[in-house]
Amino acid sequence: MTVLAAIMLTLAGLGGTAVVLTGQPARQALAVSAYGLVLAVLFMVLQAPDVALSQIAVGTAVVPLMVMLAIRKVERG
Amino acid sequence: MSRRARLMLFLAGGGGLCALLLLGVADLPPFGGSFHPYRTHAVAAAVSHATSNVVSSVNFDQRGLDTLGEESILLASVIGAATLLRPAKDETERAALGGGRTLESTRFLGYLMMPVTLVIGFDVIAHGHVTPGGGFQGGVVVGTGIHLLYVAGNYPALQRARPLRAFEWGEAIGAGAFACVGLAGIAVAGAFLADMIPTGTFGQLFSGGTVPLLNGAVGVEVASGTAVLLAKFLEQAIMIRPGPGRGRR
Repeated sequence: MTVLAAIMLTLAGLGGTAVVLTGQPARQALAVSAYGLVLAVLFMVLQAPDVALSQIAVGTAVVPLMVMLAIRKVERG
Repeated sequence: MSRRARLMLFLAGGGGLCALLLLGVADLPPFGGSFHPYRTHAVAAAVSHATSNVVSSVNFDQRGLDTLGEESILLASVIGAATLLRPAKDETERAALGGGRTLESTRFLGYLMMPVTLVIGFDVIAHGHVTPGGGFQGGVVVGTGIHLLYVAGNYPALQRARPLRAFEWGEAIGAGAFACVGLAGIAVAGAFLADMIPTGTFGQLFSGGTVPLLNGAVGVEVASGTAVLLAKFLEQAIMIRPGPGRGRR
């Protein structure tokens, strides 16, 4: 279990860095969605399925979708 | 601010945060240990009210007032976002065009997954007091799942199938129902949000006292709130353009 947690924590660290280093906002929305999935697995490994469910629903679906729509609006007027 | 100044500011802030975090973590019990005083009390309290999902028991029974606060924050943010996203005076609202290119595979998967997603969402809400999940998680799944109709089909299809008025009402009714269950607690058991109905059998659908009721209220509110929020974002992105027009006030 500790090994899994260590792997997921490392992936979360790498994922967060990848999101920050992604320049273009539209790509960043996709990166944050993938990163949200990594976090959800981490929460699952740490035995917090309730938080993992919230993370999947909000972090990988709703937030990236709202960011994408906002970017589309800003770019097209 | 110059790049150098920003970097210095970040290093100062980041360094401070890092130091405080390390100080805070140093005193925590070791990772994965067996000493959990909060767990010991929370689990006992959850079991005494026949709520097998302890997290739901903490959220809706032991700390129900906190959840009412969180729910109000969500309600306020949805209202705030919807207000900001209204068409302004100098914007026009156009009818959305149908069509657009959708891959056959996307359409197939979208129509296949939409009912599945909705059923999962309702299941997560209905069993929130028994298994992991609850009104919030299931509500977001339902509110988002409806939008697979936009991904798989087109915007007019979503507009026709999505009862936006009902969702606007649902948002308010869900939030109000939570407060009403709390007030009923005062009337029946003498304390706000007191668990006042029979707790039922541990692990069964009918168990947990008021927890499933509050879960349902939150489910209605969150599903409606998510749908309204996404609807306003979609309207802005698809239908509203800058330019002179009558623009609703």
